[in-house]
Amino acid sequence: MKIFVLAEHRDGKLNRATWEVIVAGQHLAAHLKGSVSAVLLGRDIRGLAEELAAKRLHEVLVVEDERLAEYTPDGYTAALIEVIRQEAPAFVLMSHTYQARDFAPKLAAALGKALISDCLGYRVDDGTVIYTRPIFQGKIHADVRFADDPPYLVTFQAGAFRADEIEAASEPVPIRAIPIDLSPVPIRTRPLEVFREAKQAVDLSSAERIVAVGRGIKSEENLALIRQLAEALNAEIGASRPVCDSGWLPMDRQIGSSGQTVSPKLYLAIGISGAIQHVVGMKGSRTIVAINKDPEAPIFDIADYGIVGDLFEIVPALIKALKQLRE
Amino acid sequence: MKIIVCLKQVPKRDLALRLNEAGTWIAEADLSWEINEPDAYALEEALRLKERLGGEVIVCSLGPARVEQALREALAKGADRALHLLDPAFEGLDAFNTARVLAEALRRESFDLILTGLQSDDHGYAQTGVILAELLGLPHATIVMQIEVLDGRLKVKRELEAGWFQWVELPLPALLTIQSGINQPRYATLKGIMGAKKKEIRRLALADLGLSAQELRNKQELMRVFFPTKAKRTEFLEGTPEEIAARLVEKLRYEAKVL
Repeated sequence: MKIFVLAEHRDGKLNRATWEVIVAGQHLAAHLKGSVSAVLLGRDIRGLAEELAAKRLHEVLVVEDERLAEYTPDGYTAALIEVIRQEAPAFVLMSHTYQARDFAPKLAAALGKALISDCLGYRVDDGTVIYTRPIFQGKIHADVRFADDPPYLVTFQAGAFRADEIEAASEPVPIRAIPIDLSPVPIRTRPLEVFREAKQAVDLSSAERIVAVGRGIKSEENLALIRQLAEALNAEIGASRPVCDSGWLPMDRQIGSSGQTVSPKLYLAIGISGAIQHVVGMKGSRTIVAINKDPEAPIFDIADYGIVGDLFEIVPALIKALKQLRE
Repeated sequence: MKIIVCLKQVPKRDLALRLNEAGTWIAEADLSWEINEPDAYALEEALRLKERLGGEVIVCSLGPARVEQALREALAKGADRALHLLDPAFEGLDAFNTARVLAEALRRESFDLILTGLQSDDHGYAQTGVILAELLGLPHATIVMQIEVLDGRLKVKRELEAGWFQWVELPLPALLTIQSGINQPRYATLKGIMGAKKKEIRRLALADLGLSAQELRNKQELMRVFFPTKAKRTEFLEGTPEEIAARLVEKLRYEAKVL
């Protein structure tokens, strides 16, 4: 049984999430007595192929083409359709990155197959692989399986597997080029420059303490309360996406998949429900405190200390208690 | 410019959800509903494009009878007409089949652009828009934060990860999935709400789309849903706000040692 893992890269560097998915593949191969190979698409990617070949894989499959020099959904889909046709893998595993989200559903549709996306893990039950994925922003989980024939396309959420569990190869595994002629493929989207909006004025990644605020704060005026708390704690202020979308705090305060990734000693999540997009950016924090009125909020799943209640009552009391501590 | 907006109705955010007895989905009775947040941004973007360039905005939603409320809201905000894909056979479809039904409905319309949210709050597949593009043979871009209309083309700003963006050009007709925060969605005005009552909501069922239930067999099966077990043991602090604050400070100081 062939298990393929698609390696993702940008600017000559492999995405860290690729290692996690290789770990997923290595686990799955052990369960199903299969082999794992990495698939790498691009141009001038020999170095990346060699990096992959140092891991315990069956082989590294490489498609090099001018038309894959930059990522496009048309180019990637056409190349992968051909890889899948020639090699007939049973599984194609990917990370649920923004890039995979851009082409993997297209690939699945072009193949007439299902894609099970954003998986947190899997188990093998009587020979059937059952995937667990979050629904309702992570409040609930769902068990899902394929109801169709292979190839099975799966994306795993960042952090679902631990990159440091990757098994290395005792000697480099073979690298094999797959010849594919992409010249007849129309590439309809034209990728232009990649850029950062503004210089990241605030680097939250080195903050020791962060007070993060979410939708629960209700209005911009109420942020004064959060500023007082941050001051009392000597903490930086962070926010979940909706707060930045509303323009209440600048985008460089945003924590989560589209913002910064942080791992402070103390993370106070105030009025943040804990949608996955936020959690991936802060779950590495050492001590997490959550204040939320909804006892079912997923933020409590990762909190060390939870307070179910009205933040407009709790936070002023907390500011007072912290001031007393100082005095 | 003729723009179609695909939107989904989902339970209001921050509602406490319960599971149904069989544990196969949430208990839907007594819930209140709203337009999926990224879809609301997609609608706003469509309305702004129409205001700038002229044309028509058609909203399309697949779902049970309650979905009419979401379509009325979109009409009240300024959409011109609506398509409601309504059939018992459409219940519980996976991403591929939902896109399949949408594709059949939209094939019958001529359009320049399809907009939809990047994912839904309920299933969160982040797939339906992209599959729809493929089924209709359209180029697409996902997680879009800005749209510029050029001559027969679009230039869009895609969000990448960790604060990075990329401009991408693509020809029309095209499909874009919209990220929350691209604009500030408007509220419906009273005049809009009154006007919406006269606007058309056309219902399309399985047979109207030339599909059979047999063709819509799901390719992925939702087996069961459940509340996740906690990754961490959370210590909940209770009492009056003052008591809670005092206990938290003590915990952070002596247990977690972060103060």
